[in-house]
Amino acid sequence: MKNKKTGQQNIYLELFWEFFKIGMFTIGGGMAMLPLIQQLVVDKGWLDEEESVDCVAISQALPGIIAINGATYVGRRIAGFGGALLATLGSVLPSFIIIIAAATLLENISGSGIIAGVFMGIKAAVCALMVLTAIRLGKNVLRDPVMWFLAIMAFVLIVFFDVAAVITIILGGLIGVIYQVFWKNRRAEG
Amino acid sequence: MIFIHLFTEFFKIGAFSFGGGMPMLPLIFQSVSNFGLMSSQDFADLVALSQVTPGPIAVNAATFVGYNYAGIPGALVATTGVCLPAFVIMMLVMKFLDKFKSSRVIEGALSGIRPVTIGLIGAAGAFVADSVLVKGELFSQQLFTGFAGYINIVPCAIFVATLVLAGKFKMSPILVCIIMGVTGALLCG
Repeated sequence: MKNKKTGQQNIYLELFWEFFKIGMFTIGGGMAMLPLIQQLVVDKGWLDEEESVDCVAISQALPGIIAINGATYVGRRIAGFGGALLATLGSVLPSFIIIIAAATLLENISGSGIIAGVFMGIKAAVCALMVLTAIRLGKNVLRDPVMWFLAIMAFVLIVFFDVAAVITIILGGLIGVIYQVFWKNRRAEG
Repeated sequence: MIFIHLFTEFFKIGAFSFGGGMPMLPLIFQSVSNFGLMSSQDFADLVALSQVTPGPIAVNAATFVGYNYAGIPGALVATTGVCLPAFVIMMLVMKFLDKFKSSRVIEGALSGIRPVTIGLIGAAGAFVADSVLVKGELFSQQLFTGFAGYINIVPCAIFVATLVLAGKFKMSPILVCIIMGVTGALLCG
């Protein structure tokens, strides 16, 4: 499409391979993959700088796995439906293979004290990383009492009242719409 | 039936995921534990595994749960289910990109969902803490009474060390996980 010298077949392969590499080498989830996707599309000349920023913003804003959003956006933009499918497949496949290998391995060595120790250490560390992530995001997002209320509400409802996490997301969305529209209207009047 | 169940649960998880893998963890925990697919101990193992393996956390989780429950076909079904919402929604949104970007309702909804995701990360942290940092329940009377019998000392020390290394000294999360994994093996292995 954009690159006329490469045939359609090659662009499919290239999309698959580039996203496979990103899926293979980014540890820390989809959020960590986004900067790499952005760099990839700019380096390859697939998207211009401005559109790459759009791609990242939309991938984060939409529901769904962030890395898949990004892969689908880039794939569709470059080579239509087939491109979207192959980029998505490429970004998922490394996790899929590695987790199955790890699960098989764990089955065979479970009961080993050393592995239990390793997991205990990582779990305790991950717990602290979650606290740090919540604090880091909180500094950006929790700017007024309503935002604080929503964050605390979600935590309390889930942890103490066993409310489904999905409900808290829907509640947050509804309150956000009401708050935003109400707030904007009031500001427009005043 | 197992496959339909796996598919719908993970489709739902994929459709309601905002803000990355960590806020999805409570959704995953709730939907798998409601159906007896996984104990909180297994869940904490899954969280640990998904942090040290590459790729999207939700894909790791779907593959792991699906595989443990119904082998490779189960992994395939769960992973497809969790990925599909993102794929479909993005394909649709790209058709109406400009409308999407300027919609005030969507902007409002996102402004309310963003703080909720922070609460979700906190809840995921509480679930993991429950299974590794303390004996019994995280938020129990013991929190105020028998403190020595309440905490697991080594994991709590690792927890504090991680807060310092990653929080204060900005060490990368994956490096911290590796170091703490080795520490855990040495102290408890």
